[in-house]
Amino acid sequence: MNKFYLSSLLAVFVLALIAWVGGPSAPWLFGIVLPYLAVILFVYGVARRVMGWSRSAVPFAIPTTGGQQRSMPWIKQNKIDNPSTHLGVFIRMALEILTFRSLFRNTRMKMTHEGRFSYNLEIFLWLGAIAFHYAFLTTLVRHMRFFLEPVPLCIQAIEAVDSFFRFEISYDAIQFGLPGVYISGIVLLAAVVYLFLRRLFIAKVRYISLAQDYFPLFLIMGIAFTGILMRYFTKVDIAAIKELTMSLVTFKALSFKVPQGIGPLFYVHLAFVSTLLIYFPFSKLMHMGGVFLSPTRNLAANTREVRHVNPWNYPVKVHTYEAYENEFRDKMVEAGLPVDKMPEESAEEEKE
Amino acid sequence: MADETPKPSELLSKIDYHTPSTHWMDVPVNIRKGMYCYASNPKSVEYLGLPNARAWNPIEEDWKLPENWQQILHEGFKERLEKFRSIKVFMDICVRCGACADKCHFFIGTGDPKNMPVLRAELLRSVYRNDFTLMGKLLGRFAGARPMSLAVLKEWWYYLFQCTECRRCSLYCPYGIDTAEITMFGRELLNLLGLNIDWIATPVANCYRTGNHLGIQPHAFKDMLEFFVDDIEEITGVRVEPNFNKKGADILFITPSGDVFADPGTYTCMGYLMLFHFLKEKYGLDVTWSTYASEGGNFGSFTSHETMKRLNAKMYLEAKRLGVKWILGGECGHMWLVINQYMDTMNGPADFLEVPVNPITGTRFDNAASTKMVHLSEFTADLIKHGKLDLKPERNDNKILTFHDSCNPSRGMGMFDEPRYVIKNVANHFYDMPANTIREHTFCCGSGSGLNAGENMEERMAGGLPRANAVKYVHEKYGVNMLACVCAIDRAALPASMAYWVPGMQVTGVTELVANALVLPGEQERTTDLRGEPLPGMEEADE
Ligand code: SF4
Ligand code: SF4
Repeated sequence: MNKFYLSSLLAVFVLALIAWVGGPSAPWLFGIVLPYLAVILFVYGVARRVMGWSRSAVPFAIPTTGGQQRSMPWIKQNKIDNPSTHLGVFIRMALEILTFRSLFRNTRMKMTHEGRFSYNLEIFLWLGAIAFHYAFLTTLVRHMRFFLEPVPLCIQAIEAVDSFFRFEISYDAIQFGLPGVYISGIVLLAAVVYLFLRRLFIAKVRYISLAQDYFPLFLIMGIAFTGILMRYFTKVDIAAIKELTMSLVTFKALSFKVPQGIGPLFYVHLAFVSTLLIYFPFSKLMHMGGVFLSPTRNLAANTREVRHVNPWNYPVKVHTYEAYENEFRDKMVEAGLPVDKMPEESAEEEKE
Repeated sequence: MADETPKPSELLSKIDYHTPSTHWMDVPVNIRKGMYCYASNPKSVEYLGLPNARAWNPIEEDWKLPENWQQILHEGFKERLEKFRSIKVFMDICVRCGACADKCHFFIGTGDPKNMPVLRAELLRSVYRNDFTLMGKLLGRFAGARPMSLAVLKEWWYYLFQCTECRRCSLYCPYGIDTAEITMFGRELLNLLGLNIDWIATPVANCYRTGNHLGIQPHAFKDMLEFFVDDIEEITGVRVEPNFNKKGADILFITPSGDVFADPGTYTCMGYLMLFHFLKEKYGLDVTWSTYASEGGNFGSFTSHETMKRLNAKMYLEAKRLGVKWILGGECGHMWLVINQYMDTMNGPADFLEVPVNPITGTRFDNAASTKMVHLSEFTADLIKHGKLDLKPERNDNKILTFHDSCNPSRGMGMFDEPRYVIKNVANHFYDMPANTIREHTFCCGSGSGLNAGENMEERMAGGLPRANAVKYVHEKYGVNMLACVCAIDRAALPASMAYWVPGMQVTGVTELVANALVLPGEQERTTDLRGEPLPGMEEADE
């Protein structure tokens, strides 16, 4: 199995090397063409995938019911895990997407020597996942200042975001002159390392892991790592980078002039991000979109109350009562069961 | 129980959760005796007009597949990707986080990694990636893709019939990936090649022809119920009079035929008869049975959506023909999954029926406003709530009860409190099993979805282990001696798994308990329960 993560690791290293060498020598390629390409492929790929899913029919309402159904008024319904209204579904989905509610239920099965089982709450996967996703989101939002700051319309938003992050900058006393530490970056790196170690050391998870499970982890590890390096250790020319990112959003970059003084490390960072964007739509990372469309979660559990319509419902061959009675009529009559046609009638009909 | 079935201690010591060092794609499938069900009888497949009817044997090399089987599968797959968004999404978004891995009773009971729901799904997903995704085509195994082959097909077959479609895994999956849905889909594909098991195919054919899985013909069905009528008379002194195929009755009652046929379901069936008699005498409610729609269960749902629909159609057809107001459904698991999530969509709208109202209490079952079908536990709970039943719960005092939430009414419906309410009102001693093993977390009996055969006893006992383990816990802690349930497959399967894992534990339907407690108008003093066992305090009188 090792070949799966080794190959992924290798791929990420090769990528880094290419960008390290290539970035400074062909800045227009790595600084302008690649990010544009990545964004285009990302948008196109994600749209295509989501449209592909939405094109498929939802023939049956199959929500997984995780709590008491709505039945009689005196029985307390679990309106979130077994939602019978759209509001309930909305809350269920929101909790699923924002708090990973199903994952929070996770238990770990253990068998003792006498063959007894226990199923205790297992919180670490949930914790790792929450930490990872929120740190990622925060980092992403934080990076918006590279793309938005001079745009007047967005100044207020940027300020809000900025102040939000000032809140994250803590422990000034022990910073040894480093710039304010973004907790999100550190958490992101830690969480992604945890998710990787989990794949490596929990035998069951290692067994089900594919190369494509390791690859994005390494890629994100690389992104976080290069980001942290640039911010705290090897000073890069932020002004030049911002000039580049701003020219990308304002399409001035189409002149293919890249500002001087951007270090190779930034190109590695950018190449990782671009690769992630390109890789995204073709991979399991699409779970981000898929979770919205999962029919076991996003449908109301009111299937007996409101008829769900199957767009491709077609008539099927059934064994009608008539055919049934025809086969068993005599026996039915003998047993005193009511019949629709008495034997004589049906015999006459047959003659006709 | 087949002799070759390992002893409980052997089975336990066989469980090994260590994963092999070889990648799962390189571990060849080993179709092992005791772990699979016999192949479908060609006559049954033919009767239903399903493809590739022929005699075949899973452990033989040659499965007698059609020449172009790979093409059939590929096209079947493709077609269903468009017809079922669930499948398409589930194929794409699993992140292999492993949250579902140890949730499956077959994994817990066997330790076979391919019984982890995620790997069960990967068996199909790997082929999906190869056939339908760019990454899979480019990167092959590095993208987790592999081409279809006979070995892969056999693996599909083996593991898709080691899933009871219980949906436990889907509860824990952050994206709601439902391996039961994938299994249903996988089995549908297998059926395109005629790869069913006989325990499913033959009941389906029977049901199609005679109206029930066991192939009981109309007159025999009536005889069997009348046999119970005699038994009831002996115990209670009251002769109940069931209606059959009665036009113009208020309610049509449909329950699985298993209840008519085998202990301890038969006692539940007697319970139904007594309850309806009581309601007739006291309140004039007219309930009819049907010999044509004499099966609530739907083994078609373990075959394909189409077969499910073909069998299910009888319920509405019969309700319409008899002109009843609405339908009452008995205690069955997957029958209720079908009714709750499929019936109305497939065979509705049932506009010839009325929104169910309990004429005795006036309760309108708005939650069943469209399907017009109410669960017996809902109905009974409503009657009890309104004080409409005369009950002597102390008659159940020698039964210390726990309740098994059957998979389908749990995770496909969410009926948890109604049966518990009924039990607590008809019996005095009730203890739930540990919280992580009941309600939505419930474990399967291990024999659902058509795997309740005799030849796969090892598979069933392994799958039944987690459930039995939790029962054992309350058995030892509270002296629980009776396991109640609302599912006919449970009533057929749990006695075996209890005898195996928790000797001394008995299994009962909820309505059997109701009938034990129910005081029929004009009954004699009862000395025994429906099983002929002395009532508490009557042990002497019995001698
Ligand atoms: S819990 Fe869901 S996402 Fe995680 S491995 Fe299982 S099916 Fe895949
Ligand atoms: S549906 Fe049940 S039997 Fe099937 S994989 Fe999931 S947990 Fe296992």
